[in-house]
Amino acid sequence: MATLTLRDVKKSFGATPVLHGVDLDVKDGEMIVIVGASGCGKSTLLRIVAGLETETSGEVLIAGQSMKGLEPADRDVAMVFQNYALYPHMSVFQNMAYGLKIRGLPKDQIQRRVDEAAGLLGIGHLLHRKPRELSGGQRQRVAMGRAIVREPKLFLFDEPLSNLDAKLRVELRAEIRRLQRRLGITSLFVTHDQVEAMTLGDRLVVMNAGRAAQIATPMEIWERPADTYVAGFIGSPSMNLLSARLEAGGAAAILDAGGLRLPFVDGPRAGAAGRKLTLGIRPEHLRLGEGGLDVMVELVEPLGGESVLHGKLADGTPLTARLPGARYADGAMTLALPPESLHVFDGETGKRIEAGD
Amino acid sequence: MPASTQELAEATRRRHRREKFVTHLCLLLGVLIFVFPIYLTLIGSTHDVNTIGRGEVPLLPGAQALPNYAQAWAAGGGRYMGTPAGTMLVNSLVMALLIAVGKIAISLTSAYAVVFFRFPLRMVFFWLIFITLMLPVEVRIIPTFQVMVNLGLTNTMAGLVIPLIASATATLLFRQFFLTIPDEYVEAAKIDGAGPIRFFLDVVLPLSRTNIAALFVILFIYGWNQYLWPLLMVNDRSLETIVVGLTKMIGTGDQQNEWNVIMATAVFALLPPVAVVVLMQRWFVKGLTETEK
Repeated sequence: MATLTLRDVKKSFGATPVLHGVDLDVKDGEMIVIVGASGCGKSTLLRIVAGLETETSGEVLIAGQSMKGLEPADRDVAMVFQNYALYPHMSVFQNMAYGLKIRGLPKDQIQRRVDEAAGLLGIGHLLHRKPRELSGGQRQRVAMGRAIVREPKLFLFDEPLSNLDAKLRVELRAEIRRLQRRLGITSLFVTHDQVEAMTLGDRLVVMNAGRAAQIATPMEIWERPADTYVAGFIGSPSMNLLSARLEAGGAAAILDAGGLRLPFVDGPRAGAAGRKLTLGIRPEHLRLGEGGLDVMVELVEPLGGESVLHGKLADGTPLTARLPGARYADGAMTLALPPESLHVFDGETGKRIEAGD
Repeated sequence: MPASTQELAEATRRRHRREKFVTHLCLLLGVLIFVFPIYLTLIGSTHDVNTIGRGEVPLLPGAQALPNYAQAWAAGGGRYMGTPAGTMLVNSLVMALLIAVGKIAISLTSAYAVVFFRFPLRMVFFWLIFITLMLPVEVRIIPTFQVMVNLGLTNTMAGLVIPLIASATATLLFRQFFLTIPDEYVEAAKIDGAGPIRFFLDVVLPLSRTNIAALFVILFIYGWNQYLWPLLMVNDRSLETIVVGLTKMIGTGDQQNEWNVIMATAVFALLPPVAVVVLMQRWFVKGLTETEK
């Protein structure tokens, strides 16, 4: 158990910068999920913490100690890999015991720790099997067991659920969360799946092109995304982003498509009349109703209790809505935008604009 | 009117039977071509010296098997007074084992270095190894012989084995195999705290079992069949290998060759490679079916 601190961590591969300086403070026992599209540098960040890559500049501190120049083995971290990385010629027991054996723990202690971890994960009956005789979910449990027996300062998860089928993923997700809470071990979890991120993390780091676009709790990020990238990335289906201009006085925005006036209920925004804005509204906040946007619906995806509608505005901007019920058809439709669920972003930089800014 | 399903099924059955017949005919022909010389050798080793000397080619076993084999084992060819097959077999066995084990050990470690470590001129070293593939023993035999003479290694087992002990082919094969070992194993081992030597012994070596077994078979037979190098290197009878000794038994003079003893010796020379193939094959198949990754 320990804290983790990243100070302005930068990384370049040759001339290609991958991380542009990431700062992060992880509290003891906290579960941090690093989420982002592929190529955003999230795995690199994790590997730098593990010591598998060396940062170009900046500093990694685990429990307040600088990790500069320390080998992965000396950092007291345990890692769970996407493809499990279980040694195929060793039994489950040997796989879990290997790290302890190398550290020279006495046999009875190894036995006790492995049995404990196996019990915790419900894989006690598999200890004598080889990895190839296990299903994907069982393999991932063993990989987690291998991390747990080490009793490390830090758990590092590198997309551990990506190779599993959807049902198992949900199951194991909950299990990882329970285990992590119970063991209270500080964890970093890398994923590209925003649902995984939302459900697992105490806090999320949303990465975009080598920068941490936002570091906050899942609900904060969902309610107040820091920029249009985060807004589009978190939430499914993605938030609708519509270009608009600021009305003189800053009390409302005029949509470019159709000229609809949308007042800001939480207060006026600063800026000259005509300032370029991007307005965000989540598909689930759109309502059926008069006096709103005219949408041409092109595709309806019924999900049972609700439906996802894909359509286009008059100027061709795509729009997605999630509406209750299943009785929708293609064609013209009017959708109301409740002003209290609007997100306002700068049209140029994409940064969030709060009331009074 | 389309044929009934019974007729179609009957036609298929007939075709299968015909195909089976042709397949087996081809196989039988192949077996005949391969086995016949060996059969002749076996039969020849059971007759007395005059039968083959007269130019007969007997197809049925004779009665002289025991004395022929006893003579070959203990005394060698009578006229030429060659080295006893027993001694030659031991020499060949030691040489082939040392070559096979040595080649595997050296190529395993060099491939490990080339694949898993980053060091300056890594690819240069790899290509240097690779290029030696193009230089067979025969090409470098004179300089190698000179070196061995200077080192005083003629007429020694070391002199027989050392020049043959490095193998570019095996290094290349192991390199290709090591490249298929996922990086995650290396990283998991790093995090587990396994250093390079532990990783080699605990992970790489067990994963290479199958490859090692396969290469051992090939390299053992390669070592066993060495002819030119032992012929040059050794003139001490007590170090004679069986492949060389066998050819020396066939005289070039007017005197009659003792074909019965020669053939008995040839049968002896056959046995160890056959044993290696038969024994290792079982292991090898087991390794193959157990393979994973």
